[in-house]
Amino acid sequence: MKFLHTAFQNAKAPFEEGGKFEKYNKALTAIDAFETLMFTPEEVTHTGAHIRDGIDLKRTMSIVILAMVPCLLFGMYNAGYQHFSQLGVDASFWEMFQIGLVKVLPIVVVSYGVGLGIEFGFAMYKGHSVEEGYLVTGMLIPLIVPVDIPLWMLAISVAFAVVFCKEVFGGTGMNILNVALTSRAFLFFAYPTYMSGDKIWVHDGMTNDAISGATILGDLSAMKDGLVKSADGMIQFTGASFSVSDMFLGFIPGSVGETSVLAILIGAAILLITGIGSWRIMLSAVIGGGTMGLIFNTFGSNGLMQFDWWQHMIVGGFAFGVVFMATDPVTAAQTNKGKWIYGFLIGFMAIMIRVFNPAYPEGIMLAILFMNVMAPLIDHYVVEGNIKKRLKRLTVKTAAVN
Amino acid sequence: MSKDIKIKKGLNIPLEGEADKVLGTAERSSTFVVKPTDFKNFTPKLLVKEGEEVLAGSPLFFNKEYPDVKVGSPVSGEVVEVIRGAKRKILGIKILADKETRYAEFAAADAASMSGEDVKQRLLDQCLWAYIKRRPYGTVARSEDKPLAIYISAFDSAPLAGDNDYILHGKEKEFQAGLEVLKQLTDGKVHLNLHRQLNTDAVFKDAKGVEINWVSGPHPSGNVGVQIHHIQPLNKGEVVFAVAAQDVALIGSAFLTGKYDASRLVALGGSSVKAPKYFKTIQGASISTLLEGNVEGDNNRIISGNVLTGTKVAADGNLGFFSKEVNVIPEGDTAKFFLTEGWAGPGLAKHSANRSYFSWLMPSKKYDLDTNTNGEARALVVTGQYESVFPMDIYPQHLLKAIMIGDIELMENLGIYEVDDEDFALCEYVCTSKTAAQQIVREGLELIEKECG
Repeated sequence: MKFLHTAFQNAKAPFEEGGKFEKYNKALTAIDAFETLMFTPEEVTHTGAHIRDGIDLKRTMSIVILAMVPCLLFGMYNAGYQHFSQLGVDASFWEMFQIGLVKVLPIVVVSYGVGLGIEFGFAMYKGHSVEEGYLVTGMLIPLIVPVDIPLWMLAISVAFAVVFCKEVFGGTGMNILNVALTSRAFLFFAYPTYMSGDKIWVHDGMTNDAISGATILGDLSAMKDGLVKSADGMIQFTGASFSVSDMFLGFIPGSVGETSVLAILIGAAILLITGIGSWRIMLSAVIGGGTMGLIFNTFGSNGLMQFDWWQHMIVGGFAFGVVFMATDPVTAAQTNKGKWIYGFLIGFMAIMIRVFNPAYPEGIMLAILFMNVMAPLIDHYVVEGNIKKRLKRLTVKTAAVN
Repeated sequence: MSKDIKIKKGLNIPLEGEADKVLGTAERSSTFVVKPTDFKNFTPKLLVKEGEEVLAGSPLFFNKEYPDVKVGSPVSGEVVEVIRGAKRKILGIKILADKETRYAEFAAADAASMSGEDVKQRLLDQCLWAYIKRRPYGTVARSEDKPLAIYISAFDSAPLAGDNDYILHGKEKEFQAGLEVLKQLTDGKVHLNLHRQLNTDAVFKDAKGVEINWVSGPHPSGNVGVQIHHIQPLNKGEVVFAVAAQDVALIGSAFLTGKYDASRLVALGGSSVKAPKYFKTIQGASISTLLEGNVEGDNNRIISGNVLTGTKVAADGNLGFFSKEVNVIPEGDTAKFFLTEGWAGPGLAKHSANRSYFSWLMPSKKYDLDTNTNGEARALVVTGQYESVFPMDIYPQHLLKAIMIGDIELMENLGIYEVDDEDFALCEYVCTSKTAAQQIVREGLELIEKECG
């Protein structure tokens, strides 16, 4: 691979000091980004520990992306599956997958293209290296949007999220809100007709009346109004019928990558085995969601409140949000104690919003964004507790001496 | 009361090239260099001039801030050079050694029958005080300090560190004499902290008149800072002393014989060393005498001290004042292609605290790590990493950030008095973002010492 390395050196030479294009030296940032992608630099330790762990941000991020691949692949397949099954047409696996491929791949390309373009621009402008944070965000966004999302809307939302949620705060590692969720929230509030309702979740649902793309959560929120009183009633009411195994395996309408709990669990396993995702957040969010679900089950004053607590976890975006969004280390609580509180409240509030919010059937997005904002506060009190302990130790000591 | 300290958080980095417990013979170094840079927050003032004759144990320089703390010459001979760096900073005092060491003679003394003040004066006069470190700050102790307690870690848990059981075997008399000396310096206790599995030698087990505490668990369990934290955490305004186990024996022998004998056993290890073993040498000796014909390849990092906290030295460099080991590992100054050796590879040769490389499937593997940073410096993204190797009730990442913004009150509140840079060595090792944690902590401690004294 020597030749490739030399090629990079040659490409950089004209931009370096004394080179032909010296005044465009900002381009070095961009070339560097590609070079460091291909080669871990020859950089050696100068201060402190002489040896370093093999892990770097590129490895970390690529593992998260790897963990999302099952969701992506299943999402592509499910896009076709939902389309054909709603139409009542028999189709082969490849025909189904092809629909997804054709619809989802452009979303991925636009997400990465726009996001990375902005990141490169800011890095060159500010003269720092391109950091890897967007690699994960760029993959998250396609998985949490409806399959028929117009690409220009996606591009605008990505641009908004990257600039206003991340770069204005200082780039990777500095943002308060999860970038991917901000992009989704932007879409939701700016283009509600494309982000909610029962027409958008299945490919061609907007144009073809034969397709009912209602999601389970959408149907469930109808139950809240007292129209239907039970899960059986829901099926009668909507005509939809999804079994628990459909919900778990993901053969239900929804955003591209969120439907299959099985695929998400594979991703969760990758994150947990490698130690990249926080098990504290995942576990406490499930406990939080379960607790809220159980509380509702206990009262059960309407159809939605009677919906089994454990089924809440396998419908909608709950599982996806908990595994991939809540665990974003930059926007989550940073202390271990804080992570328990943070995760618990995400799960708790996600289910609460689902049941109480009349306008919007899913709660995980808003719950995570809200807790993103609250995370520094949680950490503050956790750290404050440590400080208090230390001060108390000192005062007890001083008192004893006096 | 003796304490039982179980350290759970931490990491043993399994490196190739651990020193065999055999004693190699090395040629005696002809020149010796004493480096003031081995002392933290220390401004040296010279007491000798080039061309002057010195004896082993005669003072070479003192600390400008605390003039009674002097550093002695390890051997007798002629001061041939004062090595200076930028802005005439003194980097070392080079001594051309005599064939036979002549010692600055002191009377043999029995610390147990001396008063505390006399013991202290003797330590200062015989240049032994420099071996005593103080917490907070990890600097040389000040003579006016009244330590609450004195701590001795009997083991070094750092990778490739020397084994004190082997090094001090048979030195019961000297070690006990050293303990008697230290006992005179404090009204509190002298804590001798032993590793439950590693320390079995009589030199430690039979130590008398001290509080023996038992520690277990991975590195950094051997760091005296961690032990202090678990025995009696340091509060603002309090001072404790810490002395390395080998140096306790050195102090003891200086009291018993009246001679400042700076010889020590050094563990030579690291994956670039052909036959890793122990050598008897003298502090400040030329490292090349140890490495002669025993090193593979010519692109190596030579470290005086261990791989986590040691100092990089040149091939003709010298053993540091406190260094108990010399490690030689390959330099990592070549680019690594991402699919084979880089971030996307299987990583069988990469060690990692988490399981993102497949090397975790081989738990008993020993690693040949080089000095490559394995990635570029980044903003802090990953959380919980530092905490997993930091066995103190302190929030390391928050403390680092407090230091970065220079908020002294916050640093104090978050426990900066309880840490030394070496306590952050593992944080630095595991850091995904390649943050220079030890340097940041050192800067914080220097700032605090300057502002708060």
